[in-house]
Amino acid sequence: MAFISSGYNPDKPMENRISDIGPRKYDEFYPPVIAKNKGKWLYHEYLKPGVIVHVAESGDEVFTVRVGGARLMSTLLIREICEIADKHCDGYCRWTTRNNVEFMVDSKDKVDPLVKDLEGRKFPGGSFKFPVGGTGSGITNIVHTQGWLHCHTPATDASGPVKAVMDELFADFQDHRMPAHLRVSLACCLNMCGAVHCSDIAILGYHRKPPMLDHEYLDKMCEIPLAISACPTAAIRPAKVEFGDKKVNSVAVKNERCMFCGNCYTMCPSMPLADTEGDGIVIMAGGKVSNRISAPKFSKVVVAFIPNEAPRWPTTAKTIKSMVEAYAKDARKYERLGDWAERIGWERFFEKCELDFTHHLIDDFRDPAYYTWRQSTQFKF
Amino acid sequence: MAKHETPMLDELVSGPWPSFVDDLKQLAAHRAKNEDNIEYQIPVDVVEDLLGILELSFKHGRTHWKHGGIVGVFGYGGGVIGRYCDQPQNFSGVAHFHTMRVAQPGGKFYKTDYLKQLCDLWDLRGSGVTNMHGSTGDIIFLGTTTPQLEEIFYELTHNINQDLGGSGSNLRTPADCIGQARCEYACYDTQDLCYDLTQEYQDELHRPAFPYKFKFKFDGCPNGCVASIARSDLSFIGTWKDDIKIDQEAVAAYIGGEFPPNAGAHSGRDWGAFDIQKEVIDNCPTECMWMDGKQLKIDDRECNRCMHCINVMPRALRIGDERGLSILAGAKAPILDGAQMGTLIVPFIEAVAPYTKIKEEVIEPIWDWWMEEGKNRERLGELMKRQGLQRVIEVLGVDPDPRMVQEPRSNPYVFWKEDEVEGGWERDINEFRKHHQR
Repeated sequence: MAFISSGYNPDKPMENRISDIGPRKYDEFYPPVIAKNKGKWLYHEYLKPGVIVHVAESGDEVFTVRVGGARLMSTLLIREICEIADKHCDGYCRWTTRNNVEFMVDSKDKVDPLVKDLEGRKFPGGSFKFPVGGTGSGITNIVHTQGWLHCHTPATDASGPVKAVMDELFADFQDHRMPAHLRVSLACCLNMCGAVHCSDIAILGYHRKPPMLDHEYLDKMCEIPLAISACPTAAIRPAKVEFGDKKVNSVAVKNERCMFCGNCYTMCPSMPLADTEGDGIVIMAGGKVSNRISAPKFSKVVVAFIPNEAPRWPTTAKTIKSMVEAYAKDARKYERLGDWAERIGWERFFEKCELDFTHHLIDDFRDPAYYTWRQSTQFKF
Repeated sequence: MAKHETPMLDELVSGPWPSFVDDLKQLAAHRAKNEDNIEYQIPVDVVEDLLGILELSFKHGRTHWKHGGIVGVFGYGGGVIGRYCDQPQNFSGVAHFHTMRVAQPGGKFYKTDYLKQLCDLWDLRGSGVTNMHGSTGDIIFLGTTTPQLEEIFYELTHNINQDLGGSGSNLRTPADCIGQARCEYACYDTQDLCYDLTQEYQDELHRPAFPYKFKFKFDGCPNGCVASIARSDLSFIGTWKDDIKIDQEAVAAYIGGEFPPNAGAHSGRDWGAFDIQKEVIDNCPTECMWMDGKQLKIDDRECNRCMHCINVMPRALRIGDERGLSILAGAKAPILDGAQMGTLIVPFIEAVAPYTKIKEEVIEPIWDWWMEEGKNRERLGELMKRQGLQRVIEVLGVDPDPRMVQEPRSNPYVFWKEDEVEGGWERDINEFRKHHQR
């Protein structure tokens, strides 16, 4: 391959340099019906799962067809999205915060041909390229992180478990039978670059072995004070270590103080934690970000550990499915999963979801732990 | 013929949900065929090697990516994340596999001609693999080599009028909900405020000068569709001060079953006839609603704007007209000291361009304080925890407001300041002893 210059001159990096221009301005990309009615929408309605109409004061309507997508997406698939948008939507489309794609048309008669076109497109293995759904009181797309595909700190994969879990939950992506909407999220390590800590159901990658210490290289590759200060539990201290015939500067880790967060590894590549048996998945439940009825709340750990069962994570998928079914069966209309758990009591939650309550689920991390212990006689047998 | 066998990944092509494995395999085959005769600027088999190394991770249960190296474009300290694999001899196509973050447009609206430009650039100079979008909101270009970084940046800025996003200890690319563009609940123009602040703070976005990352997110209403309250250092959530507007005829239509409750969100099950008392009034967290005959009444002064009634009856109830936003500070994911939710620091502020008050009276004082006092890798929320909400109030120069707390403190350990106590703290022990023997 021959190098093709963009015009950039490495000898004069500042020549014709353009910087600090920011993103393209939002209104360059508004479909005409959006540009015309912005700020003047009256109401919306889900016509069926995946299809929404918004009605404006002007009487204009915009029909949105929402489809699920893997957030990991090739340019081939983006070009196909463009082809569909060109064909049906005058060249406009958008993505949602939860990695869904939305196609908008300005009249009802354009909806069915669009839906038919989208539903007819499949990958060679048979999966939908553009499954219609993800609205209302159903289960929409799982937001997630990079996992083994691109990240250096994960304790599980992201795209793999997401595919497996969404296959399991697929019927509810295309249905509105849930008591309220149910948000599932995945973060492949505690850094949570995709924050999952306020999700109805969160899938979280977690390490369970303290870092290995690559003494030979540690002082050469890392700033030891930064590695030490990175530890939230002060488990790391400086140490001189005999290595071969010489003494090298390194660190020592008090293993019983390690909470396996991996923050040291972020600062110091000579302290890897990843491990086939050690790494796996934590399931958390009952969080939300909306202020609707009850205040936003954190998800709670309900399953301390599930091994990484590549390629399809069957235990993770099955556990989530059974929680979803218990919630769907028992919760009241409009009640989010966490509100349901609080109403029936967490002791009932574990019973109804058929989950074991193990000592790992009792908080012992600093002051806030105390406030999660039962300090009343109000409990259920 | 695929370069690497991927038996485990192949199990992820079945099932109804879109298969990223099939998508990547198609891309790999497309590059190998190269029917468009593209002079690929990075290894043509990059996607084959990506699948190969992912298969190896599936087999090992461990990642094969190393820490990022220091790579970037001249003059920026963010926007590019260096990435190298730890098995370059077997997967040379992904030996360098750097990420570039491309700042997304507000609301993630696109025109296809722009998307095609991005695809052309990324097919030529990168792997063709993207995230639409990354967790923070950027368009993510996954996988290119070091020599291509400046070339991509040059083409982005010169041909596509497009900049990179943030990474590292700087302002991360701000993100917004769909807002007024297509939502009747939006209490301010999320896209305009997001864009305005993004442009205003380009320097903070590209050149790391902060103790750690800093995120702005913009939710148009308390429903919080971009989850700003859980994951942004400054969370801007639309709200209103006056009355919810009621269309009593539409209320009657909901009661009469003409309109589906919650905009039809519950259509998948027979929940029985709509019961306004049970579904709306009894679910109101402040009990500020009641039926007066056939009229729905709201004691708006007692409403905490949770959105439930509006969500259930969007055709009957509308947000008020005296609109603005609340600002919450300090949300973050668990590392280090546990997850933190945003804390209300500004109950109400108007959100009208050019947003001078928001910038000069909130954002900049908060940044000045955090840059002065924040430790290395300390998020704003952690500094708030360490120095207290009182300090935030001082920094903002506002009066304490009971709206800022869930409840008053239950311990009396007040750190009184000397100037708050009559006569100060300096006293004469000898004078004291005149009346109190040793």
